[in-house]
Amino acid sequence: MPMVKEPTATGMAARTSVILFVFVIVFTAVLAGVFALTAPAIKESAAIEEMRMIKEVLPQALYDNDLLQDTLVLTATPELGEDDESKVYRARLAGEPSALVLEAVAPDGYSGRIRMLIAVRASGEVVGVRITQHKETPGLGDYIDPKKDKNKTRPWITQFDTLSFDKLAEKEWKVKKDGGHFDSNAGATVTPRAVIKAVKKALKYANENRDRLFASNEAK
Amino acid sequence: MITWAEFKEIFVNGTWRQNSSLVQMLGMCPLLAMTTSLVNGAMLSLATIFVMGSSGFVVALLRNFIPYEIRIPVFILVAAALVTVVDLGMNAYMHSMYNILGIFIPLIITNCIVLARIEAFAAKNGPLQSLFDGAFMGVGMLWTLSLLGAIREFIGAGTFLSGIEAVIPDLHHYQVLPADYPGFLVSILPPGAFIVLACMVAAKNWYEAKAAERANRKPPEPLATAGCH
Repeated sequence: MPMVKEPTATGMAARTSVILFVFVIVFTAVLAGVFALTAPAIKESAAIEEMRMIKEVLPQALYDNDLLQDTLVLTATPELGEDDESKVYRARLAGEPSALVLEAVAPDGYSGRIRMLIAVRASGEVVGVRITQHKETPGLGDYIDPKKDKNKTRPWITQFDTLSFDKLAEKEWKVKKDGGHFDSNAGATVTPRAVIKAVKKALKYANENRDRLFASNEAK
Repeated sequence: MITWAEFKEIFVNGTWRQNSSLVQMLGMCPLLAMTTSLVNGAMLSLATIFVMGSSGFVVALLRNFIPYEIRIPVFILVAAALVTVVDLGMNAYMHSMYNILGIFIPLIITNCIVLARIEAFAAKNGPLQSLFDGAFMGVGMLWTLSLLGAIREFIGAGTFLSGIEAVIPDLHHYQVLPADYPGFLVSILPPGAFIVLACMVAAKNWYEAKAAERANRKPPEPLATAGCH
């Protein structure tokens, strides 16, 4: 039989597909390896990150349990503005309920949803609120995030600290412009309005469901 | 190996003569989105330097095993895999850095400058040359995007270095214009990027033409672009 020097079309196709296949296998293996190698470290970083956020709203003195372990996953809760699952961290001090840390969403921000973390004491008092994610206009509505707030001594978001429905009647939970209690920056009232409403609703939800949330045994 | 002349040629090409943003006009999407401030533009470029250097190096190493007919899928495979490796590695071992650069890394794979340099350079040159080509293309992008970001930020918000706190906590941004400067939103929005970039391209071309006139020679022909944005 004579030797075939010119590769046939079928031969070429087979050769290139085998080479491409080998490349895909090799790089998939590389990715899988790197993923497996980095997974524990990434998980640890994510936990540190989660804890860092919680520490911003909840001082260390208010809990002695492992917050990341003592969590509840709520199904869609309209009271919290969540149309998906959300997480509740349950802070306990010497086994006694101390505070709840809730995830909440303000669906009516100036440009989309504003996600936040709210810590509420078992007594019904807000410990702290932090915005975790938002798309508000830079330099205008983004003062709800204390990192962007020009008022460094008393950032806007700290107005919620220590408030409760006992101290401030429910109808007062509005910006001053609407006849309520809260300051807002000129030119950007849609954003604070949305945040105040969401915090109010979440606080109400926490008050009404506190015992149920602390008692639930569905902790992971 | 790499000679000094080659190194110099690659450096000048990457940072000035074939500058990715001013001459090749590549990677316009991330450029529009990210140069709203100096810090954002610089951060995106830093992440790009990383990915382009390593993808150039790897493709150049493998270039003799890649058949011409399937080079594009293989290049994309390599670049996407490397972006993911960088993303995972940074997330795991440089988490504070990842918090700052993290959102920019997935953007890089949408930046066609990566593929363009692999195709135009790394597929035909040695690993070291390709590593430097990728890195210096990124350096060219670094100064261009930083300048573009600084101009847009200054006109749009009247500030300098806003967001630097997230990168270097001890520094803080400067309010260059008075605090009651109302801002100029167009500059922050995508059209502002095109307008400022066009001015920068014009300035570069003007400078080149002047230099050519002084040297009494013809101004350089604009280089062909790869045709993707």
